[in-house]
Amino acid sequence: MAGKNEDIIICRCEEVTLGEIREWIEKGYETFDELKRVLRVGMGPCQGRGCREMILREISAKTKVSVADIHPGTFRPPAKPVKLAVLAKGGDK
Amino acid sequence: MSWKRTADVVVIGAGVQGCSIAYNLAKMGVKDIVVLEKGTICSGSTGRCGAGIRAQWGTEMNCRFGLAAVEKFEQLHEELGMDCGLNQSGYLMVAYKDSEFEQLQKSMKLQNSLGINTRVVTYDEAKEICPGLAAEDAVGFTFHDRDGHADPFLTTFAYMEAAKRLGVKFLRFTEATDVKTVAGRVAGIVSSRGDIDAPVVVNAAGGYSQFISKMAGVEIPNFSERHEILITEPVEPGVCPPMLMSFSGNYYIQQRPHGSIIGGCSPEGHPQDYELGNSWDFLEMMSRTFVRLLPRTKGVRVVRQWSGLYNMTPDRQPVLCEADNVKGFFLSCGYSGHGFMFGPISGELLAQLILGQEPWIPIGMLHYSRFERGELLIEPAVV
Repeated sequence: MAGKNEDIIICRCEEVTLGEIREWIEKGYETFDELKRVLRVGMGPCQGRGCREMILREISAKTKVSVADIHPGTFRPPAKPVKLAVLAKGGDK
Repeated sequence: MSWKRTADVVVIGAGVQGCSIAYNLAKMGVKDIVVLEKGTICSGSTGRCGAGIRAQWGTEMNCRFGLAAVEKFEQLHEELGMDCGLNQSGYLMVAYKDSEFEQLQKSMKLQNSLGINTRVVTYDEAKEICPGLAAEDAVGFTFHDRDGHADPFLTTFAYMEAAKRLGVKFLRFTEATDVKTVAGRVAGIVSSRGDIDAPVVVNAAGGYSQFISKMAGVEIPNFSERHEILITEPVEPGVCPPMLMSFSGNYYIQQRPHGSIIGGCSPEGHPQDYELGNSWDFLEMMSRTFVRLLPRTKGVRVVRQWSGLYNMTPDRQPVLCEADNVKGFFLSCGYSGHGFMFGPISGELLAQLILGQEPWIPIGMLHYSRFERGELLIEPAVV
């Protein structure tokens, strides 16, 4: 699979390259959540907004399962990063 | 891959316990080991935990486990051939009440007698260890510099990869649905994908271990409690290098070398509903703790919150033994929130027990029969 695209950064928050993602998919880490655990893809401030689709396509290329049928991984709150001081003030109950 | 109908050992659960047990058994020469995981590797309590490693405990058993685990972690990268993200910046324990500080010092004496060099530190020293700390209301601190944390994902994967190299098979998306027994002996398992006959079955199912035990006809008083946790965006290091922990303050907070800060606390109401959800109440409470204790974090953003199950026992110490009434059925569960840090040592000790050897740290008192006998040795040091 080696090629000139291997150095492209796919997860910009955690600086993970296409080559690293392909290497771990090859080792059997074939779900988004397992790749996230081993490479930290999708764990940064953007929470996978930038890399998720590209990684799902890479998983699809290896497993021959269509992207639509691949579990996209777990989405966790908050929807966007929020400052601790804002959260500490609380909200309306 | 065709279905494997027999094995020498079936391990249920691919968290740190299951992976460490499988690796240690394979290392000791067992050839045919299968690990079942109902989800993906490290998708349960290990992957959701706070990642701390400490030897600062309040019972002799936990101190010995804690110290042995710290020593294991110190050479784990070399042994398993993969970086486990170990970071030893210590645990700084914070007491807000005189009685709590007395308990910390009592535990410290026990720790010191076992070779754990915990010491009392002043508030000024505490601020040197943790530059952002604001704890004028604290009455005392203890610190142990070999405590710290490791990456639970990388540690578990490192055990799995090392076990695979020794021939262990891992079956993901394969749920154990029954444990077969014949005449007081375990005979194998039934899973969502087929049966496997085996003379040894290990229950390392974490938050779901009580269900697996029940399938084998073993009743243990374990229960699972949901705990919540959050992580911030990465910021410059030095905000909170040690794990800050307080039992009365109800928190643990630590900055990873990567820069993000993790924090969790014990939940109100101790929910036991197996829901792995997230609550606004936790987010607000934990954020208040952050900005009070580490005022410089007020502009730092939370990027993610999640929850996981503490598999609790009545004395908050693990169950690590062979079942009395079902020979060949072994249990490694009930870690009460500390299964990740004990994984490297408990996996080795259970592997020794399975192979009929004398575990090098005696684990007789971790048999679940202690609950029936009322011989509880309650661990005071749990958040």
